[in-house]
Amino acid sequence: MEHGSFQDQTASTFSLADEDHTLANSVRFTLNQDPRVTFCGYSIPHPADARVNIRVQTTGDPASEVLKDACQDLMLVCQHVRSTFDQAVADFKKAQALATMDTDD
Amino acid sequence: MPKVPIWDLPDVPKGELPPHLELQRTRVLCNLDAPTHTENIQYSGAYASMGVDNSLRLDHFRKNFKVEVIRLTEDDMEFDLIGIDASLANAFRRILISEIPTMAIEKVLIANNTSVVQDEVLSHRLGLIPIKVDPRLFDYMSENDVPNEKNTIVFKLHIRCERGGPRLTVKSDELKWLPNGSEFLLATENSTSNSTLKPKTYTSFRCSQDSLQEFSNNPIAPKHPDIIISKLGPGQEIELEAHAVKGMGKTHAKWSPVATAWYRMLPEVVLLQEVKDEKAVELEKKCRVKVFDIEDVGNGKTRATVARPRACTLCRECIQEEGWDKYVALRRVKDHFIFTIESTGALPPEVLFTEAVKILEDKCEHLITELS
Repeated sequence: MEHGSFQDQTASTFSLADEDHTLANSVRFTLNQDPRVTFCGYSIPHPADARVNIRVQTTGDPASEVLKDACQDLMLVCQHVRSTFDQAVADFKKAQALATMDTDD
Repeated sequence: MPKVPIWDLPDVPKGELPPHLELQRTRVLCNLDAPTHTENIQYSGAYASMGVDNSLRLDHFRKNFKVEVIRLTEDDMEFDLIGIDASLANAFRRILISEIPTMAIEKVLIANNTSVVQDEVLSHRLGLIPIKVDPRLFDYMSENDVPNEKNTIVFKLHIRCERGGPRLTVKSDELKWLPNGSEFLLATENSTSNSTLKPKTYTSFRCSQDSLQEFSNNPIAPKHPDIIISKLGPGQEIELEAHAVKGMGKTHAKWSPVATAWYRMLPEVVLLQEVKDEKAVELEKKCRVKVFDIEDVGNGKTRATVARPRACTLCRECIQEEGWDKYVALRRVKDHFIFTIESTGALPPEVLFTEAVKILEDKCEHLITELS
């Protein structure tokens, strides 16, 4: 759910239900590293409600587009983390298998 | 004097920060009184005035990000995440603890319990027993669902301590899996026994879970056979059925797939000047976790070296005494995380981590679809 003005789309607050620090802080991190963003932050209005508000202000692009790009970036980062991790685990298992084979001989 | 552009002046850095700022950006300085520079500089234009771009460059991340596995066993692993921000490492940790589903006992139907453990305490204890089964093979049970073979696992526990015998210890291996579902009959109003119909029980399985190929070779059971559930005196008896369903750690910790998952930043111990002879011996003795070693440099001279910085707990004992902070600096590397996962047994730890990353991806995807 987006709260913003119709005239000025460069500043908006996005209210996400069923999300918490996990997503909000990660998105804030990627948003902050986007040069088009002048301000971004998030808050949880009440600890008993599963809801976060993410504020995005930009230099000119629509805030929702910038937020979408940030999510896209975060997804790419995650995919890279996953493939790197899987590779590292596979390498480790291979090395371990080799080591046990050596001791068996 | 010829005109020289400002960027070519020797004291103006080109694309990189001066060493003191770089140190503040990448390290937490653990001083005697308090840690300083604990924050992460995230804003893309933070160093714009110095000609340094602080924005997220994906290719840069791809080049620098590294994973090193330190230890990997059946249900425990330690690895290093290098070149990632705390916000992401923390997101993975939070997801591991509270958002990866597992199966846990949620409903307990007690037919008889004459043990000293009350029904509600017994049910709670049963709920906390980790069950070795892949939760990805099951569905969530929502409010209006009937328990069936895709969302429920049924266990039976029936044990009795005979009179005149010794007392009994009931352990988790007494929980017997019922692949055909509940054996307790539902009380129906008209008990006109229709022998052709299957009698109604508390679950409605369409087929036996045994016949599904995922479980035919590895029967479902508690992860550990020796968890004490209760103790029975002579003449006491427990007869119950336990129904396990899929859930998440944020609802109740019994569904958390990890005993715990945590990370710490890599400690960095630096000798600012050479520590020699008696001072080296003194320094080596100060450290309880043996971070320092003494090295021979010839002519009967010795000096201290930092041998095991990973072991440092940052107790700061080595800089406690007057003047020692001139010799030793304790820091933490901000983008190097030593991540540890202890699995409860439902899934191996390496699978848990990939699942956690996938969940964060799903969250992003969900947000994108909601925005467009």
